[in-house]
Amino acid sequence: MAQRRTAWTRLTTPFANIPAGTATTLALAMWILVIGGWAFLSYGRVVPNMFLPTPGTVLETTYRMSLDGSLFYHTLTSAKVVLLGFIVSSLISVPLGLWMGTYRAVQAPLEPLVNFIRYLPVTSFVPLFILWIGIGIEQRIAVIFFGTFFQQLVMISDCARSVSRDLVNASYTLGTKRSEAVWHVIFPAALPAILDTLRVTMGWAWTYLVVAELVAASSGLGYISLKAMRGFQVDVIFMAIAAIGLLGLITDTAFRIIRSRVAPWAA
Amino acid sequence: MTETLKANNPAGTAPGDPRSAGTTMAVEDVTLRYSDANGVLALDDVSLKVARNEFCVIVGPSGCGKSSLLYLAAGLNDATSGSIKVDGREVIEPGPDRGMVFQSYTLFPWLTVRANIEYGPKRKGLPAEQRKQIVDQYLNEVGLAPFADHYPAQLSGGMKQRVAIARALANDPAVLLMDEPFGALDSQTRGTMQKLLLRVWERQQKTVLFVTHDIDEALVLGDRVLVMTARPGKIKAEIKVDIPRPRSMDVILEPDFIALKRRILGLLHDEIDEDH
Repeated sequence: MAQRRTAWTRLTTPFANIPAGTATTLALAMWILVIGGWAFLSYGRVVPNMFLPTPGTVLETTYRMSLDGSLFYHTLTSAKVVLLGFIVSSLISVPLGLWMGTYRAVQAPLEPLVNFIRYLPVTSFVPLFILWIGIGIEQRIAVIFFGTFFQQLVMISDCARSVSRDLVNASYTLGTKRSEAVWHVIFPAALPAILDTLRVTMGWAWTYLVVAELVAASSGLGYISLKAMRGFQVDVIFMAIAAIGLLGLITDTAFRIIRSRVAPWAA
Repeated sequence: MTETLKANNPAGTAPGDPRSAGTTMAVEDVTLRYSDANGVLALDDVSLKVARNEFCVIVGPSGCGKSSLLYLAAGLNDATSGSIKVDGREVIEPGPDRGMVFQSYTLFPWLTVRANIEYGPKRKGLPAEQRKQIVDQYLNEVGLAPFADHYPAQLSGGMKQRVAIARALANDPAVLLMDEPFGALDSQTRGTMQKLLLRVWERQQKTVLFVTHDIDEALVLGDRVLVMTARPGKIKAEIKVDIPRPRSMDVILEPDFIALKRRILGLLHDEIDEDH
């Protein structure tokens, strides 16, 4: 068919697909724009380097801290905190959320409580956690847990609740018992949505990292950026932020791969 | 008391009732009132019997309660009063003796076609060898052997319903309940599916209770057609379909067929006129 639509029409049509090349170009252009803008503001001394380091300085710092192993060390500590908090939270929220979405008798008592807690700012609990748990890694894990668990619970119970009733009904007429329906039907049916929920909440877990390392941490990406703030090492803060973003991107991609492996039937 | 009887025990039919010998399913004075605020009377004192190996069709306008009746028979919902017995056993909960094919697609999306059909036999605890034999038989029966390892998302609507039929039959149910199974398909696919269902039914000899709003479909498939009225749902008429089998799709052009169709249309039109 002749190409009757111009490139401009295609770009401005709602929901229309654009060529893969164009999409990549646009994505790259965005990064160039952001980094270019940063370079312009810093190298051009529009903003003093004390507040905005040059990309070169940040790269140099990254190189230096990679060489002496400190970047790796802090990244590892942070990754450990985030992953442990996230895993502990998921291990409880997935089964509990499934129950909550499946049984009204579990939903009725839990939902009001969870919806109350989930709007409380995590930061307000940091002093409590320090009192209760101390200043070890457990306290940081608790912050990540607290930030993700209640959100996960609500979202996963929604995943379970949106499983088609007729799918469960069909399983009954094939010999599934009521007590088996949760694990034999509702769990696998909700699995793609659950994995999407985990991917999204994993991102939230990373965003709580700095809050978790705000007080009483002695290592981690959040800790070094707080320390850098006191010493006006803006380049270190920039590096830490970039590292967190990059780690988030990696875990996000990992979850996409896991989802396509574990649930290949779901588009 | 009736619960203690075995489902596949022919002696399980109520003793002393000679008619029950050939009856697979008996619906007796079933009334269903929805327990919501409006308290709509969905089914009003419905009684019917389905004979062994009979293809019984319920036809009626949408909202007449025909699907509700099927859900009651499956044990997926409770009647307000009355009873439903299958092979003499009172229906109190869903079970594999009452297979069901739904209008919506209900294949398990995480299982392949083969695993979907195998689901029931697996729940029953049949050995792998026997399961494989059953699955292969029904895959061939519905002509989907080449798609055995596909996931439901890779199938067309008609193919999905073929698997759903195979899956229900693989469990060897006493009665097969079908709730407008071809309702979501285009008319050509529907014709193909009707032909396939007839062929499978003629070979397998199953008791079927089939619900539809399509009069042609009811007459092409059924031995007997029950015409249902709406609000409250009641069985208005019973029509024997004496069209010889095996039936082809051309049967819809024959005078006998057209006469029966005219009768049902008349019954349903009365219904619509009363409504407005």
